[in-house]
Amino acid sequence: MQEIITTAPWGALMVVIPLAAAAASYLFPWRSALMAASAIAFPAAFYSLALLARDVWVSGAVRYRIGGWGSPLGIDLFADGLSILMLFMTIVVVMAASIYSSFYFSGDVERKRSFWPLWMFLWAGLNGVFLSGDVFNLYVTLEVMVIASVALISLKGGREALLSGMRYFLVSVLGSLSYLMGVAMLYGSYGILDIGALGRTIGPDPAAQIAIVLIVTGLLAKTALFPLHFWLPKAHASAPVPVSAALSALVVKAPFYIILRLWTDVFSHDIISHAGLMLGVLGSVAIIWGGVMALRQTRLKMLVAYSTVSQIGYLFLFFPMAGSSDAFLGCVYQALSHGLAKASMFLAAGNLIKALGSDLIEDLRGLRQRLNISTFAFGLAGISLMGLPPGAGFIAKWQLLKASIETGQWWWAIIIVAGGLLAAGYLFPVLRNIISQSQDPVECAKVPFGMEAAAIVLAVLSLVLGIAAAVPLSLFRTALL
Amino acid sequence: MTQEIIYSIGGVLLFCIGLYGLIACEHLFRKILSFNIMGGGVFLFLVSIALNGDNTPDPVPHAMVLTGIVVTVSATAFALALLRRINSGTGAETLGRLEQDASDLDG
Repeated sequence: MQEIITTAPWGALMVVIPLAAAAASYLFPWRSALMAASAIAFPAAFYSLALLARDVWVSGAVRYRIGGWGSPLGIDLFADGLSILMLFMTIVVVMAASIYSSFYFSGDVERKRSFWPLWMFLWAGLNGVFLSGDVFNLYVTLEVMVIASVALISLKGGREALLSGMRYFLVSVLGSLSYLMGVAMLYGSYGILDIGALGRTIGPDPAAQIAIVLIVTGLLAKTALFPLHFWLPKAHASAPVPVSAALSALVVKAPFYIILRLWTDVFSHDIISHAGLMLGVLGSVAIIWGGVMALRQTRLKMLVAYSTVSQIGYLFLFFPMAGSSDAFLGCVYQALSHGLAKASMFLAAGNLIKALGSDLIEDLRGLRQRLNISTFAFGLAGISLMGLPPGAGFIAKWQLLKASIETGQWWWAIIIVAGGLLAAGYLFPVLRNIISQSQDPVECAKVPFGMEAAAIVLAVLSLVLGIAAAVPLSLFRTALL
Repeated sequence: MTQEIIYSIGGVLLFCIGLYGLIACEHLFRKILSFNIMGGGVFLFLVSIALNGDNTPDPVPHAMVLTGIVVTVSATAFALALLRRINSGTGAETLGRLEQDASDLDG
């Protein structure tokens, strides 16, 4: 893979802009100031990302040395096709959820005041993860992300939110320290932190094996792969709606991105045999278990959260088939399509719950004022999650199916299809309830248009990502292969 | 040489003690203390790596430890604030208690 060192600061700006926006929204928490800050921050970030994407498109991979200091003491930012796609997903979801939040928190001055700085810190942490070029910097950015997201979960107050925030925090800290211990061991053996350089020197010795087990286990706890998923459903269900969307769509993807990055760039020598197979098995159990648990939920947000447990499972089917480029594309596509579709589904579910004043799936029958846009968004996102064409989830699952046939591991195909059927099983009853006419309709609260628009835009994008799959896929073909 | 090994083993032991405490202790304050012990173990391990026999220690692990301490201090401060909020709001000091109360409220 070719790589150039750039002096254009586009990658650094992707971290600086959210941090500046966080500071600005803390110092000037008035509505007009917030509008001005986001009117500057989002276009500026989009512009930097576009230029960064152009550089990656032209030269394969881009490295930027912050302050001109090279590794090991300096910090390198690194971007390739994978980082660019994750950054695009992040900015799109963050923008849509920001629009949603500006309506969601209106009238709640105190929460709004704490929400915006934390939200921007979360965005900065996510961008930092996707741009880090060394394993230690990844630890720091992960911690920024975790503290911001735990604070956002607990924002709502109340036992449920505090409890799940605290539990998520403890699991995350455990994961982070386990990861850091692994990094320390790698540094002790090889004296390198840079991901690319580590990949060239690492060998199958015991220290590296222990380090990899510590790193991967720590990250699995943060990604919520079965059986370490126990903290996820309640944390994602009890957070404020836009936060749930970001947590499910983005925050669990960041540690997964690190596993994927290390697996393809560093652990490529098959240092631990059968580790890939084990991750594949855990992923399969997650797909089935998450699906079955989602079927049994009576509350809408819990159902959507358990669906995340199931959809995360698909990501891990890549590891047993790691040699196949189809599996890689399928896995990345799954991360992107789930990101857009699940964010849209959480926002749409939030609208339905706001209209009804209840989050029981049973009560959806009483929905008088139809909320056509949100219902449509929920349906479109569902199409992608079930893996039906033309949703982006279809491309992801199709690539994974293709890979499982090509590599002769047909048993994963059964899991992929079963997971799709389960998704249909838990999503159709919800849609049926929304659409069906009730005997005694209840009074519904009004939902602002902006909140519905945010949901539908993400749902449509998840469809566009499925139809125009050629563009992101070719970014990979030029960048990675 | 022996000094390095003693520090490394000490670091790994602290890490394991902290890990045990984080999983086994019920009280949230003990859990917060435990992850600090875990962190201390990692930092001691990193410092032992920096001693490479020469008179000039490797600066990179030192930089990592300093950064790590900053991160751990902020995480601890945040966890303590969250614990205070939990305790003043609900009177609970363990996750089990809090969960029980939450399900009582549901039922």
